[in-house]
Parts: sequence; C-alpha cells; structure tokens
Amino acid sequence: MRALTWHGKHDVRVDTHPDPEIINPRDAIIEVTSTAICGSDLHLYDGVIPGLLSGDILGHEFMGRVVEVGPKSTLKKGQRVVVPFTISCGQCFFCQKQQFSACDNSNPAEKQDMTETLYGHAVGGLFGYSHLTGGYPGGQAEYVRVPYSDVGPIIIPDGLDDDQVLFLSDILPTGWMGAANCDIEPGDTVAVWGCGPVGLFAIQSALLMGAGKVIAIDEYPNRLALARRLGAEVIDFKRTHVLEALMEMSGGLGPDAVIDAVGMESHGFAPDTVMDNIKQTIGMGADSAHALREAILAVRKGGRVSIPGVYGGFLDKFPLGAMMEKGLQIRTGQTHVQKYHEELLRRIGEGEIDTTFLISHRLPLEDAARGYKNFRYNQNEWTKVILKPGTEVTA
Amino acid sequence: MTNREHMSGHDDRQALWLTLGIGVLAGVVGYSVFQATGRNHVAHRPEDDAPARSTRRGGPARAVTGRTVTIAKPRAELYAFWRDAANLPRFMSSVGSATTTGDVTQWQLKGPAGMPLTLETRIIEHRDGELLVWRSTPDSQIEAAGRVTFRDAPAGRGTEVEAQIAYVPPLGEAGRLVAKLFQSDPSIQGRRELKRFKMLMETGEIATSRNQKS
Repeated sequence: MRALTWHGKHDVRVDTHPDPEIINPRDAIIEVTSTAICGSDLHLYDGVIPGLLSGDILGHEFMGRVVEVGPKSTLKKGQRVVVPFTISCGQCFFCQKQQFSACDNSNPAEKQDMTETLYGHAVGGLFGYSHLTGGYPGGQAEYVRVPYSDVGPIIIPDGLDDDQVLFLSDILPTGWMGAANCDIEPGDTVAVWGCGPVGLFAIQSALLMGAGKVIAIDEYPNRLALARRLGAEVIDFKRTHVLEALMEMSGGLGPDAVIDAVGMESHGFAPDTVMDNIKQTIGMGADSAHALREAILAVRKGGRVSIPGVYGGFLDKFPLGAMMEKGLQIRTGQTHVQKYHEELLRRIGEGEIDTTFLISHRLPLEDAARGYKNFRYNQNEWTKVILKPGTEVTA
Repeated sequence: MTNREHMSGHDDRQALWLTLGIGVLAGVVGYSVFQATGRNHVAHRPEDDAPARSTRRGGPARAVTGRTVTIAKPRAELYAFWRDAANLPRFMSSVGSATTTGDVTQWQLKGPAGMPLTLETRIIEHRDGELLVWRSTPDSQIEAAGRVTFRDAPAGRGTEVEAQIAYVPPLGEAGRLVAKLFQSDPSIQGRRELKRFKMLMETGEIATSRNQKS
C-alpha cells in the first residue's frame, strides 16, 4: 500500500509499505477514503516531538470502509466508519471513567518505558504519533489496522459525506472538549488563541455552549475571517496589544475562560518566544508557549484555562505565580474522543455544527508532501488539507 | 623590566579576581546546600509504609524487583489464570515454554540476545486467590525466588496484583549489566510482563503496533 512516511525533519514522502494484517481478535482493517493533515502533525514535521523513527507512517485523522475484521470485532465488512485518533480498549479503569485518551492498555508494554520516565506514567496509544504513544502506523495511508474496533470506530449513516464527518476523528471533539473544559456559564466571555482548525471548532463549540462573547486571536487574515464568520470578535496580535485589548473588550474584568489552541510551537515576536525557540532549536526539550503565558495573564481572577494545544516537553518561565494568586483552574489533555462522538455526530446530522467551512484543499494522498509544506508555510491560505488515497495527481 | 613588572601586576590582579570569584561561587553553592539540607535535620527516620524495594538506600547490587498493577477483574479469576503455569507464556515474552510436573515447573527462558536458559521452580507457599510463592530448585540454572500477591483494590477497581522477584544474576554483576543492556533484566521484563498480563485479562489480547503477523 502507499503511505505518507516520516524520514526526518521536514522530510515526508509517500512510500510503498506492506498492507496491514489482522493481528489481534478485536482488530479491523479499514480502507481509507479520507484522511487529513492535523496541526499537531506539523509538530512531527518540525521534529519537536521525540520518539519518531525514519519510516514511520503518519496520520491520525482518517475514515474509511471496513474491509477485514477479526473474530472479536463487532464491525461488518463494507461499513463506513470514522476512527478516533485515540486508541482505547474500553475496559480499563480510565476507559470506564470515559477518560479514553488515558487508556492503560493500548500502548504496547515495550513502548511504555519512555513516557513512564518522561511523564511519570505511560500514556495511551495514538495512531501515527511517534513511539511515545505506541508507534502505531498512521492513517495517511491506503489501509490501517484498527485495534479494539468493537469500541473505537463510529459507524456513519448513509447521507453524510466524508467531508461532514471526517473531523469527528480528532479536531471537532478536540475543539469541543477545549470549550467543555471551560465550564462555560451563560453569557461568559471566552478568548481563544489560535484560529487553526481546533481553535475554529472551539469557537463554534463555546458559542453553542452559551458563551456571550468569543474573542479569537491570530495573525492570518483568512483565519480571522473564518472566526468572524462563526460569530467571534477577532484580534490580530500583529497589530493589537492583546492583553490590553482583551481587558477593554471584557469590561475591564478579563475573559472568564481562555483556550490555548496553539500548543508548543507558538510564534509571534516576543522575548520569551525567542528564548523558547533557541532552546527548542538546540534540542533542550523546551516547548514554546507564548500563547499559554499570555492566556494565563489575560484570564480573569478565578477564571478557567483550557489547553487543547499539544505540548510534549518542559516549559520555562511558566507564570505559576499568576496562576496561584489569581486562583485559576487549568484543564487539558489529549481528547477523550469516544466520549463526545455520538453527541457530535447527532449535531452534525441536525445541521447544528458546520464542519466543512474550514477545508481549503483536497489533494491526492500521493501529493501529501506538498500538503504538509503548504500547511506549514502558507498558513493564511491553507487552513485544512484533506488527502484522498487512490486519486490521481493532476498537474 | 617595566614590561615584566607590568605583566606580573596584571597576573596578580587576575589571580585575585579569580580567587574572589571562586570564593563567591563556593559561598553561594555552600549556602544553597545548607538551605536545602542543613535545616530541620532529622537524626533518625523510623520505617514508613512504602514497600522496602522503594527505599533510597537500595544500592546498585539490589536484585529484588517488584511492581504492582491494578487489574479490573475479580481476584479469583486472575489467581486461577496465573496458577496454571501453561498460561504464563501467553503474556511473558521471555518465557518460551513452561511445563509442570506436580509442584515443579520447568521454564525455558529466552536470555540476553536469545541465549536459552532453564529455570526450575517449586511452589513453596500458596493461598487460594491470594498468594503464590516459588523458589528455584537446586538443579536450576538460575537462582531465583518470587512472590505474587492478589488483593482486592479499593472502590471496586478490581484487584491489585503485586509481583516480586529476587534473583542471583548469572555471572554476577557483569551478567546483570548484560541483561540490562539487552532489556532482559528481570526489573524491565517483570514490569512489561505484568502490564501484558493486565492487557490480556482486561481486553482479551496484548497490544501491539505491529502491522504484520510475522
């Protein structure tokens, strides 16, 4: 089969790999019909997440048709399914508590040592996201072996297109959980850093959850325009002083809740960003977190800080004093996708959530490397890239 | 002459600054160490409630290793599965086969770099649903002892399974280092095998990211 493969920093190529086989009784094999490049794939592309090996298949947002099932799978050949990016067994303590991304069993035993040392506990398995999270071959491929297929994939009814439901795999529930972690009360003001796909879905979710005002922060006109279309007020951080503007736009109180939908490669010219980037470049394991620091300073006293943005290592100059003295609550984590699936599928079906407005490009899988490059370096125009296996590259 | 006097004066000043600098640095470090350790000194520390293997004074030669996992299954079911030695190779990747005759079990182990080793053990104590203690027989190639306990976990979380192994590394300390290097040291193997036991019991299978059967 053909699959997008990581070979090193800024070096991804579509290579030929052997087709996946059923290994465990609960496995299923999915023939991928649509897969997307995620903002968090860019952290892998930029080489700032450890534990990737040359030859690893990337991709964790995918859907397709069931083509083979193990004896314990409950799926049937021919069904259309969206697969959560989090691999969850459904039976451990964490899955039982619906903390699916913390699954205790999905990360193979021999791969757990790394995060047990780095984070104190072994994390759950994820598709296509380094050997820290299990080293599972990802979904930017023609076929994927899906473990625990009886609890993970969600079956898609006829009448819904791939484009409408594909983002149930990650970014829609991730934006939704980002907003849910804000414990929004009616009329609250919520500020969102980053108008990439997750930020845009967080904006939409916060408004659905009753926020009175959502303020979106980014620098790219196209992305700010998308946020405005959803009903957000926007701040361009390259022309406006963000902290001052947020205070003024929230009656001098500060936003009730803030969402960092940026993560570890925050940019924008600020002294802390420069220092973070130097350390990241020389491999000191430091994350860049200008957006998070700013969000913690901006949020009102007693406010809520939600972090759907991905971080992997350590952080310097964390405003711990502001967090404690202002009495903030912080909630974060990889998304518990399976917890939100059904509700979000229903809302898509009823036309409550628009999932297609952010798609800017559709490319054949063969053209994936070009997709990565543009999604990384032309963020204003390339807001979301969908890859289609089996389609021809047209010049 | 002038030149040399000038040079030596320069050297003296440099040495003075260097001495001062080192002095200040030593002072700062010394004060920090004093701050961290010197205050509120406790002369005698009574035993705490942690397992002995977590003590800070274990030393490098420690060859007792252990680990606890919580498994969301009833105690009786887990005990019964573990008690049947024929089941163990299903989750112990370092065990090729286990054959039991009476109280004695023969284990074919995969040692460092695939080196075959034989372990022969005898159950010396057992309580149904609670405890299994074994020790290697005099004929065994490896000298080792182990203890597996099964306790009810709090709040209906299932069972806490604790496995401990004490062993004499073949070829002594050097052998232990070789084993570590090949990740077949019991402390690494034991931890992983307990996790595989949990996977098998909770999910009916053992997680792998392999895409091909072989």
